[in-house]
Formats: sequence, C-alpha cells, structure tokens
Amino acid sequence: MKTIENEKNHIIPYKTFLFVLAGLIVLTLTSVTLTRISLGTLTVTIALIIAAIKSTFVLRIFMHLKFENKMFSIALIGVVLLLCAVITITLLDYLNR
Amino acid sequence: MSTILVKHRDDLTSKTGMWFFLFTELLLFGGLFIVYSVYRYRNATAFHLAAQELSVFIGTINTIILLISSTTIAMSITAIRKQNKKFAILLLGLTIILGLAFLVNKYFEWGEHFKEHIYPGSSILALRGHGDVLFYGLYFFMTGLHALHIIIGLIFILVIAVSILRNKINSDNYVLLENSGLYWHLVDLIWIFLFPLFYLIT
Amino acid sequence: MSTQKDIEEPSYLDYKGKYRGIFSWILSTDHKRIALLYLFSILAFFATGATLGLLMKFELIAPGKTIMTAQTYNAFFTLHGIIMIFAVVIPGLPAVFGNFLLPIMIGAKDVAFPRLNLLSWYFYVMGVSLVLISQFTGQGPPDTGWTFYAPYSFRTTGNMLPAVFGAFVLGFSSILTGLNFLVTIHRMRAPGMKWLKMPLFPWTLYATGWIQLLATPIIGITLLMIIAEKTLHIGFFDPALGGDPILYQHLFWTYSHPAVYIMILPAMGAISEIISTFSHKTLFGYNFMVASSLAIAFVGYFVWGHHMFTSGMSSTALYAFSLLTFLVAIPSAIKVFNWIATMHKGSIDLQTPFYWAMGFIFVFMIGGFSGLILGSLATNIHLHNTHFVLAHFHFIVFGGTGFAFFGAMHYWYPKMTGKMYDSRWANIGLFLFLTGFIVLYGTMFYLGYKGMPRRYYDYDEIFHTGNIISTMGSWVLYSGLGIIIINLFASLKSGAKAPSNPWGGKTLEWSVPSPPPVENFKEIPVVTKGPYSYK
Repeated sequence: MKTIENEKNHIIPYKTFLFVLAGLIVLTLTSVTLTRISLGTLTVTIALIIAAIKSTFVLRIFMHLKFENKMFSIALIGVVLLLCAVITITLLDYLNR
Repeated sequence: MSTILVKHRDDLTSKTGMWFFLFTELLLFGGLFIVYSVYRYRNATAFHLAAQELSVFIGTINTIILLISSTTIAMSITAIRKQNKKFAILLLGLTIILGLAFLVNKYFEWGEHFKEHIYPGSSILALRGHGDVLFYGLYFFMTGLHALHIIIGLIFILVIAVSILRNKINSDNYVLLENSGLYWHLVDLIWIFLFPLFYLIT
Repeated sequence: MSTQKDIEEPSYLDYKGKYRGIFSWILSTDHKRIALLYLFSILAFFATGATLGLLMKFELIAPGKTIMTAQTYNAFFTLHGIIMIFAVVIPGLPAVFGNFLLPIMIGAKDVAFPRLNLLSWYFYVMGVSLVLISQFTGQGPPDTGWTFYAPYSFRTTGNMLPAVFGAFVLGFSSILTGLNFLVTIHRMRAPGMKWLKMPLFPWTLYATGWIQLLATPIIGITLLMIIAEKTLHIGFFDPALGGDPILYQHLFWTYSHPAVYIMILPAMGAISEIISTFSHKTLFGYNFMVASSLAIAFVGYFVWGHHMFTSGMSSTALYAFSLLTFLVAIPSAIKVFNWIATMHKGSIDLQTPFYWAMGFIFVFMIGGFSGLILGSLATNIHLHNTHFVLAHFHFIVFGGTGFAFFGAMHYWYPKMTGKMYDSRWANIGLFLFLTGFIVLYGTMFYLGYKGMPRRYYDYDEIFHTGNIISTMGSWVLYSGLGIIIINLFASLKSGAKAPSNPWGGKTLEWSVPSPPPVENFKEIPVVTKGPYSYK
C-alpha cells in the first residue's frame, strides 16, 4: 500500500559501518585511557560526554535515524530531555536536603 | 466479503511501533538511572572505591564486543537489501556469537564477584557498608536486566536468521530484521552508558 | 453513501469469522470485539471493587469493629485500590471506548497492531488474576495499600509478590495499548484528516498514549526493584541497607501522578464530544482544547512530589512541586471554560449523556479545587493522609473518570450495541448515583478537615455522625449504580433499534451503521471538514 515511503531509505554501504565501528572503538579506548589520568570530578562528566557522542553515532548511522523521518529524531530527543528533567527534579530534592 | 480483514503491510507503521517501544525501554532503564544518580550522589566515595574492584579490562572487551555485534547486524540489513542472503545470515550468526561471548564474559565476571562473597544479600558484603551494598545491588540489577535484554535480543535474531533462510525475510520485506536490529542497538546504547557509570568512575 | 449496501455488510456482532462461540471473542483481533472484552472484564472488576468499597463503608458506620477486623480492613482497602486504579480507571476509557472508537473516529479499519491489541487484553486478565491470586495464597493478603510503599512492602508477611507482579503485568498491558494508539494515530488517519482535524477524543487518547508509554515503565522498573528487594535482598529502598524509602515514593509517583492523567484526559475527551454533540455547536476553542490536553500531559509529568509534601523532602523540592501543581490547574480550567462556552447559545438537547457531562463538570470542579487546597504546602500539612485526600481523589478519579465513563457509555451505547436504552431509568440511575456520590464523598471533606485519618477501620466518637451520613450515601450510590447497569443490560434485549446517528453527532463514528460493520467503513472516508462542523 505505502511502499513508496520505504524507497527513500538508501542503502548504507558496508564501509560506512566499518568506519563508524572504528570510531566507536577509538572513543571507547579514549574514555578508558582518560580515566587512568586523574581529572577529579571531571572524570564522570567526560566519560558521559564520550558516551553521548558514541550514542549519537549508533543512533544516527546504525539505527538509521539520519535517513528516517525527522519525527523519530524529535521524539527521541523529547524522550531523552524528559528523562533528564525527571532526574534533575528528583535531584532537586536530594541536593538540597 | 472474502476480502474482509486482509492485512495490508505497512513497514513504516511497524517501524514506528518499534521506535515507540524503544522509548518505553529507555525509560525502564531510565528509572534505574534515576536510582543510580541519587545513590551515587549520596555515597560518592563508596561508589568510587567499589568501582575500582570491577575489571576495566573485561568491561572494555565486552564494550567492544557489543559494538562489533551492533556493526554486524547493521551490515546484515545492507546485505539483505543487496540480495546477498548468505552474507546476511553469516553476519547474523556473527552477531549471535558475539552476543553469547558477551554473556560468557559476564558470567565469569559475576562468578569472580560471587567467589569474593559479593552478591546481593551477602552478609560479608553488608559488613562493607551501605555504599557498597547499594553499588553492587545496582550493578547486579542493571547488568542483570541488561543481560536479560541480550538474551531476548539473541532469540529475536535467531528467529530472524531462520526466517531469512526460509525466504520469509527478503530484500522486499525486511522490516522485521530492521526492528530486531533497532532492539539490538538499544541494548548496545544502554551498555554504552552502563560501562562508564560502573567501570570508569574510579 | 447508499444505506442499502450498508445493510448487506454484517455488523461486527453478527460477523462469522474463523472461530465460533466464545472463541470468536477471545481470539478476535477486531478492535470492537476487544473493546467489549475489556468492557465486560472491567465491569466485573469494577463490581468487585465497588463491593469492597461498600463493605468498608459499612465497617465505618460505627466506631470499633463492626463487620471486619483491622487486618481484613487493611486487605480490603489494598485490594480495592489495586483493582480500582490498575484494573478499572487506568484502562477504563482508553481500552474500552478508545479501542472501540479511536479507529472509527479517525477513519481507519482497525488499530495499527490488532494482534498486539488482543495480547494486551490477555496481559490485562493475567495481571488481575495475579492480584486476585495474592488474596488467597501465601500468608494472608497484601496489606500495604495500593501504593506498596517501601520498606513495609517487603517486610510485611502479606503475600506481596503476586500482587506487585500483577501490577507490573497490568502496566505492560497499559503500555501496549498506549503504543498501539499512538502508532494508529500517527499512521492511520483517513486521507484529509490532518492533525488539527482530529476530534478531541482521539487527541486526548494521543496525549494519554504518551503518558502510558513514557511513565508506565518507571513504575514497571520500580515494582521489579521491590520484587528484587524482597526475593534477592538487593538494597534499593531499605534504610537498613542504606536505601532511601523516599526515593521509592519519588519513583512511584513519577508514574502514579501521570497515571491520574491517563485516567482523566480521555475522560475530558469524551466529555468534549458529548458537550459538542448535545449543544449542536462546534467545540469552542478547539485549538486550545488540543493544546491544553498536551499541556496537561506534559506538566502532569512533573508534579509527582505533591503526594510527598510530608515525607521529608527538601524545602526547595516542596516549593517547586507546589508551584508546578498550581500550573496544572491552568489547562484544566481552560477545558472547563471552553465546555461552558460551547454550551453558550448552543441548541442544547437534554439527553442522558449530557446530564452525565454536567455531573462530570460539577464533581470535577469540586475535585479540582480541593486539589488546589492540597497543593498548597501549608494546608497540606493539616490535611495530608486524612479523609480530605480520600474525598479529593474520589471526586477526581471516581467522579471525573467514573462520570465520563458512564457518560461515554450512554453516549456511544447505541453505536456499540445497535440498541437504544430506556432514558427514564438511565436518568433515575444517574440522579441516585450523583446524590449518593455527593453524600458519600462530600461528607469525607468535612471529616478529613476535622482530622479523621484515612486507612483506619476505627475512629474517634466525634466523627460518628459524619460517617453514618457517608455510609448511607454509599448505599444510594450503589443502588444508582445497580439501576444504571441493569437498565443498560435490559436494553440490550428490549431497546429499540438505534439509527446510525441518534444524537446528531458530526464525528465519523456517526456516519457508519449501528453497530458498525466488521471493517468499519465500506470505503475509507476522505475528510474535508473539521470535526465539529455544525452551522
């Protein structure tokens, strides 16, 4: 019935996946190495930022979001922001006890 | 009359359903991340020290294993769309093997902890204080739930591989493969955050 | 649209599918049959819950032990809460009327995933069965209240595990329903039905769907943690292991407050449909109605802390939650104003569903205003855990959702069954229901204000008069309920045949025969006008 919509998704070449994989592994190793160096409170922040960058790669390329309808990306961002807001509001209690 | 209730296939609909399901999964783990952040804030030092006992090496290996498995399942979609059925099945087989390898590593990792009497409800662990109890409680629960997702994902992938073999999934109709791929990537995504939060906060 | 051809199509009730007898129902993937499956199961559980309530009220007719012990009373209010919240009001409007009407109202033949839809009914039945099993096995029934507060929930000898797991499974059922509706609305609207041409009821189901999808997993994981804590002794919420019981409350209400909006949003949607139809007038401020539905869903996600004002949160969190709570009142008030503005200069047809809508607005206003009293930090300290809270949420949850449920029932009954009901008996039932309701719960405001706590089978002598009045109200309410249900069942046999559009409604469900054929539409309609296109 609505097969036309699927034709929009183009086929991602194997090479792209391998490049992304290489990038992800490098980021992982960077993250591990950085924790060996004492950065104080920044350690967790940096580890989480690297994790966020890695997830963006997985989401956009592996999970195809780059080529999908924008609705998916917007909804996903909304969900992530919602979760962050809930964590923040919960911490609002604990940080001020 | 006989045409009543004929199902029309609509791939975008089923993919939308899968994504919405992933949102639910995200918040399922999200609840645990809330608990994690609260207890880490309240027991920062204990979490810091307890995390040093986890093996960063095994953790890193497992992270890389999952990343590779994510790549192989993503490549299998390309393979099936290029009508390369054998290569697609091979890639899915690889994904399954990597997933199993992850579980085996996890098994040995947990086994080590158990040998040192670190497990939920252990009286020796309880002696080490509240922070350690909470850290390992969260560690076992979150990685356990994650492992459960791996097992479910592996079953999905196995079913998909068989369907490809039987030509039920082919270059025309591969949305189920895409959906189990999405599920598998989500499991990977969760691990991308679990790994630094448990292994790298030293 | 030739009506002759429509007659040839068998209705969904007469359709002969692959299966016969009961199997043609419990194996059917037709959204209309699944809706009726839900309807009958929900009515059965509602009757159970209501009877428990009636018995509890009878216990409270006099101080001291009247008909049950303290332990029985604890078990009763726990079961009453679990059944009424998880098995009746949460699935109530979405699973029954949403299932039946959502596809028809947006011009689709079914929901996006019909088999998943049936599966979620099975999860529902499984969940309730687990809750019921917990009553008769193990060392006595659960006695924590429906909130399963830690640490008592894993220290009590009551049989918590099946009940908690049952609630988890019910949550799963709710998620699947919400997911199904979201995808249906995204993907299956009839050609020409743009987002802003969608009727209000689907819109509220859409907002509800997001809450179901994004809030329910939080309680799912929380209940799993309770289970893990009880079976594996993982420390999460047990202070003896360093856990924080207040964190349990945070997580529990992160779901359970939005859950109130799962109950009330579709109710508001159904009321909007009823008011527009019986005023024969376009819904006033359609865009604002849509926006306020989404705003309620969104802001409602961040107000959970107002259930915990006396639990020992930091004062910063108290102020934030109190402020956010007051914010929720704004979109709710927008809705009430718009309903009244819709009636203004409309040509109002005083039928039973319209009376229910009036009743809804009345009790919802009282419930809403008492909510503001509870949302203020200072008054909350006095009123927390008293009968005032009990009165407030029964006005909202039973008053709001219950009135909308029966209103929707009387509004769409001709469409669902193909029969008209006896509106005289329906009105008598409504009158008794409303009177009993106000006597029963209105008195509780006074009792709570005077300091009578909730969840005790006993009370001080000074509360005696109020409790006698309240208990008598429960009898009137219960008899009204009986008349309503008996009337609806009797009309299945004796009712006149319903035309396809008995009330003069303008939304799509009134364009198909009553009861609708299996595939709803012979041809998918093309929508050109807005949903309430009266002159």
